[in-house]
Amino acid sequence: MVKVMLWGSLAALAEGKPELEIEAKNIKQLLQRLAEDHPGLKPVLEKGVSVSIDGMMYNDAWFEEISSENEICILPRIEGG
Amino acid sequence: MGKQDRDFKAVGTRPLRPDGVEKVTGRAKFGADLSAPGMLVGRFLRSPHAHARIRSIDTSKAAALPGVKAVVTGDSFDITKVSSGNHDTLANVMARDKALYEGHAVAAIAAISVSIARKALKLIEVDYEVLPHVTDVDEAMAADAPLLHENMFTANLTPKPTKPSNIANFYEFGHGDIEAGFAKADVIIERSFKTAATHQGYIEPHACLANMTQDGQGELWCCTQGHFMVRNVCADLMGMEISKLRVTASEIGGGFGGKTTVFIDPVALMLSKLAGKPVKIVMSREEVFKASGPTSSTSMRIKIGATNDGRLTACEGEFNYQGGAYADSPVQFGAMSAFACYDLEHVKTVGYDVAANRPKNVAYRAPGAPMAAFAVESVMAEMADRLGLDQLEFRLKNAATEGTRSSYGPTYNSVGLTETIKAAQSHDHYSAPLGANQGRGIASGFWFNFGGQTAVSLNVQEDGTVNVTVGTPDIGGSRASMGLMVAEELGIEYDNIRCIIADTSSLGYNDVTDGSRTTFSSGLALINAAKDAKAKMCARAARIWDIPAEAVEWKDGCVQPAGANAGEFEPMSFAEIAANADNTGGPIAGHHEINASGAGVSFGTHMVDVEVDPDTGYVKILRYTVVQDAGKAVHPAYVEGQYQGGAVQGIGWALNEEYIYGEDGRLQNAGFLDYRMPVASDLPMIDTVIVEVPNPGHPYGVRGVGETSIVPPMAAIANAVSQAAGVRMTELPMSPPRVLKAMDDAKGG
Repeated sequence: MVKVMLWGSLAALAEGKPELEIEAKNIKQLLQRLAEDHPGLKPVLEKGVSVSIDGMMYNDAWFEEISSENEICILPRIEGG
Repeated sequence: MGKQDRDFKAVGTRPLRPDGVEKVTGRAKFGADLSAPGMLVGRFLRSPHAHARIRSIDTSKAAALPGVKAVVTGDSFDITKVSSGNHDTLANVMARDKALYEGHAVAAIAAISVSIARKALKLIEVDYEVLPHVTDVDEAMAADAPLLHENMFTANLTPKPTKPSNIANFYEFGHGDIEAGFAKADVIIERSFKTAATHQGYIEPHACLANMTQDGQGELWCCTQGHFMVRNVCADLMGMEISKLRVTASEIGGGFGGKTTVFIDPVALMLSKLAGKPVKIVMSREEVFKASGPTSSTSMRIKIGATNDGRLTACEGEFNYQGGAYADSPVQFGAMSAFACYDLEHVKTVGYDVAANRPKNVAYRAPGAPMAAFAVESVMAEMADRLGLDQLEFRLKNAATEGTRSSYGPTYNSVGLTETIKAAQSHDHYSAPLGANQGRGIASGFWFNFGGQTAVSLNVQEDGTVNVTVGTPDIGGSRASMGLMVAEELGIEYDNIRCIIADTSSLGYNDVTDGSRTTFSSGLALINAAKDAKAKMCARAARIWDIPAEAVEWKDGCVQPAGANAGEFEPMSFAEIAANADNTGGPIAGHHEINASGAGVSFGTHMVDVEVDPDTGYVKILRYTVVQDAGKAVHPAYVEGQYQGGAVQGIGWALNEEYIYGEDGRLQNAGFLDYRMPVASDLPMIDTVIVEVPNPGHPYGVRGVGETSIVPPMAAIANAVSQAAGVRMTELPMSPPRVLKAMDDAKGG
């Protein structure tokens, strides 16, 4: 199980829970199971998010491994200028 | 100033820029410099109204005019075949049912000459039903505001709204108990701020040359920050297979985020397809202002609590960003970055992304962060003064460090904010005396940075030189940085390496040059491509010596036996191995494809001295110092240039630049005469200090540097002006009339 933190307004779409426990070994499984367990998150996750693992930002990185040792945050997809 | 022990040979030096001669002699090819045989000119008809329903468009007279070869309207594109993610882009490129801002394209013409194209545009008859409009962010959020989109329901709000509004998205970030935090405060300051919309102000207008052939293949030359993005979006809008469209990026005369989308390119392709000839479109400056993508105007409220000894107890912010006709504001990044500089137990930010009858927003350097920093750092300065604390000491006391949980969620690893503050403290600027009517402002700022998809290629030539091929347009000196990193990794001279930007058919997909990602991610990929080439060259040398590949090693640009048992051979140079490539297996190349991660966040601290003319309100910038963490400066001169450029753009944003709309919803200042950008004579030399706290996510410690430098300037200048004028400035730009009025109001005048 990994613990994943959701940003404030995203938590509101997951029954108000800012932190969730998910059975996932990589980002692909994490996003898939988040959407399955909390359908309110699905549109946001499908639109695209960034995943922070121990402070490092990942976009589109399905197979990045995660474990219970990692700090994982779901964030709006980081872009720039 | 740095922590890295590694002894670099090429990285950190300052060679001449590889594109310098071409650019100073006028030979560099920018978007408008390209031409093709039989080329037509493309021109747009744009809405004169801020908000209008398009009842009908009659193009028949224009199409019948001799010399007109094609006419395009919204109906020329089949939206049913366009992916939903590109619907707004298509509607912005060419209006369909409604024109949502003055300048919104409603039709386009391809003709054999400019004069015929202009004549044809006048023959197009558009029947508009003019609708009420709204351009101010607060007014657009009102319940009775004119509605831009009947199907816009605020996303991420619970419960889900039942009525449409101009608020497209809601965001909330933070942690802790904000009320408990304010209860612990000895002093609480709460203020509201507003900022005007500004434009990136790139010198080169958007330009492209499109050539569609009868077999459905296409070529496009354009100025862009991301030609792979242009290819994919245009292919989608045109209903083409991606592989049939080849896009080449021209040299670029500035982008700053504004060239991360498409405006004219799909229209040029469609006109070319219909006309059967190449079509060139170059935007006028007026079109750039009215119909490209400026950044948000904003309305913000900040509340900060602190103890008497200067510890922050709670920080709260509300950010309302006007995102243009399709609500594309970067408010989420404003709300995320607003308090990112500080170590906070209790923090909460909310953001509203608001549609208004203005051009569709596009990114502008550290999108969303500069405005938020203006508001937050203004209150931080006021708090330091109220508590009687030194500005930098107050920030240092609350600065985020390694292990701090950021205001937007993740815990920081190695970061360099305290190093920038300490460097500012020890800079002689900080202790220099000030004169009458002068003030000094301080502000810190943050940007995320990221990596992204990147593909590169490295070809070793038979004379020992190297061609490096990347897919990220060079908007800030990346070709030099690429060359330096390859030189470092291969152990050869920088002058033996030539870097080019390849077209979209020559490499795998590359994300846009944005997010301060290019030197980080293309560099990371090239370091790996160089390692790939080195491994191949080691194997070639081993075969020449007839020893196992494992028995050789790479050192100082040569292959040598790895130990005494490997045999006695003189080191074989890079050039020798390259010269024998034909006999040892053919061409030698290195490749790497990556979705780069590991970009390190970046912090900066700025100091500025100003003088305010008490009679006119005119603000003169006297002295400006940028201190920023680069991780490792690959080419320090370019890094300094990024710091200086960010500061200068921030000076313009702070003092003069603004989109001014009339009561009719039309832009009043769509030109550089009336949209006042700073010029050299307005500026002192911008001093820079490069701090180097290595990014653990990059082998050389590199962090992106392109964006953080525009985050602190408006706040730093506002703090300086407020000190000099004796009144807190809360609205941008701080133009002379606004400063004068604030001073008069403060005097009760």
